[in-house]
Amino acid sequence: MATLNDDYLKYPERSYGMDHDRYEWSMLQNRKAVEWPNEKKIALWVNVGLQFFPLNQKGIPFKVPGGMTKPYPDLRHYSLRDYGNRVGIYRFLKAFDNYDITPTFAMNTRLAERIPYLANTIIERGDEIMCHGFDMDKLHYGGQDPSEEKELIKMSLDRLRNLTGQDITGWISPAKNESENTPDILAENGINHFCDWVNDDMPYEFNTKNGMLTAMPLPTELDDYFIINNNLHSAEDWADQVDDAFEFLLQESKSSGGRVLGLNIHPWVLGQPHRIQYLERVLEKLGSHADVWSTSAVSIANTWKNQQN
Amino acid sequence: MKEDPGYYDYWPYENRPKIQWPNGAKVAFWVAPNIEFYELNPPDNPFRKPWPQPSPALPGYTCRDWGNRVGHVRQMELLEKYGIRGSISLSTALCDHHPEIIEMCKERNWEFFSHGIYNTRYTYGMTEAQEREMIKDSIETIYKHTNQKCAGYLAPALSHSENTLDLFAEVGTELFGDEAGIYSCDLFHDDQPTPIHLRSGKKFASIPYSLEMNDTIAYLVQKITPRRYGKELKDNFDRLYAEGAENGTIMCIPTHNYQVSNAHRIKAYEEALEYITGHSDVWVTTGKEIAQYFLDNYYDMAMVDIKSKNKKYGNA
Repeated sequence: MATLNDDYLKYPERSYGMDHDRYEWSMLQNRKAVEWPNEKKIALWVNVGLQFFPLNQKGIPFKVPGGMTKPYPDLRHYSLRDYGNRVGIYRFLKAFDNYDITPTFAMNTRLAERIPYLANTIIERGDEIMCHGFDMDKLHYGGQDPSEEKELIKMSLDRLRNLTGQDITGWISPAKNESENTPDILAENGINHFCDWVNDDMPYEFNTKNGMLTAMPLPTELDDYFIINNNLHSAEDWADQVDDAFEFLLQESKSSGGRVLGLNIHPWVLGQPHRIQYLERVLEKLGSHADVWSTSAVSIANTWKNQQN
Repeated sequence: MKEDPGYYDYWPYENRPKIQWPNGAKVAFWVAPNIEFYELNPPDNPFRKPWPQPSPALPGYTCRDWGNRVGHVRQMELLEKYGIRGSISLSTALCDHHPEIIEMCKERNWEFFSHGIYNTRYTYGMTEAQEREMIKDSIETIYKHTNQKCAGYLAPALSHSENTLDLFAEVGTELFGDEAGIYSCDLFHDDQPTPIHLRSGKKFASIPYSLEMNDTIAYLVQKITPRRYGKELKDNFDRLYAEGAENGTIMCIPTHNYQVSNAHRIKAYEEALEYITGHSDVWVTTGKEIAQYFLDNYYDMAMVDIKSKNKKYGNA
């Protein structure tokens, strides 16, 4: 067996706080309580991923979760993802309207370009659109050439802003994966809030070389893809887990201030005929609950920010 | 490389001499919250990659950071509610990074045992001297920050060498005599404590720390639902409680603040804790107290029984 160099027993970052300088270490319980408008307890952030998974994916540096898995041409996975953008999304929209839900849409720029009908439908609704990167095969990753990544981010944002007429101040990287430079480049390009770091239940300040970003809590572990396609739980199990999370956060909010319930959902997963009723069950309960404020990511970020200092 | 680690002899679960826990309890119940620090940029180990993605590997790093920022307090308050003192499996660098967490656990008189320095530094490839130094650093760090003489060990990220248990016991003795280095959680061969053979001949026990009840195994490997996990905890307890009427058993729930404390999971966990601690004949305790009790009262008896059975049936 090969042996390790003695450097393996040296720990240069072993000191107070984090082992990096992206944010201050703090425990949620020690932070100032946040108050949501109209004495609401839970800010509900329903985030819809609108995604384009290219058939000819390169998988650099890894195959994106939800991407193609079979030899080219993997029609099976390609067309099932497309189902979400053709069919599932319209079930979602109907449910949002029926149950008084304000959604946020995280859209791949390439999808908005490819399907103007869908893009316009979302634009006309006036809901917040976040940029979800260029497409699901354009990953941001450690060691990526910084100029290549700069160009990718600028292109994704410029084209989506142009197309939607919105400012686009929010960002989710494909697969929530980043390089060491991603936050700096995002801040340089007019992004204010992003959701790649799932290390908190509330927004917090994130340092970049180009000013502060607001890191937003969008838990991967309540994501429909994660629960249904990764963990292989049923859609009903997903709904039960959302219920349990909601009841717990509501209880916690009574002593600790406003909380965020972030639900990341995909029309190709929960938009299926046999699953949509469980999304509807969740939205019906949350949409009519007196303690719930259904709102966009940007309004949660701004409301939180205005109460700091 | 050996065909068998050689730490213990075969010891059939039937017809063992009876273990009686304090106050006639049937089950010794302990909860072992792993409080860990995973590094964003750990050095390479040729035998195991710390993260699946190139650094910064946000999916794994950030959810574990969530555990320390958000999840820890949730679980701590829950354990307190049911009168459970945690036995912390500690990445000891956390004493330096997040001393607030250590202070809160100290105030509650929790036990701290060693889980290495970081959960991103593996034993694989360490020389014996390097592993000894790593273990010594971890025990000294616990003593410096908590005044506790580290009794137990769970190797970092369950990465072992052939010498791990020997080294832990020896370093414990070297630093604090027989008070430290008395039990291991690294073996999953039994539902009762068992004596462990060490090259030093020190009295030393393996204490059951169930991987099957471990929340990370349940959620990440078996991918079960939170409500199913809660039910498995109750089922596991029911059987150990029933068998414990005949011969004392141990139930351990090993947890991680980044798994069990999630808003969508903590309710099912709470129901299980409420159920278990609602039974009368349960000794709610810590890993160290179980180990010490076994070593003081049953270790010699177990050794005699194991020896006589192996002699009788001629096990090699």
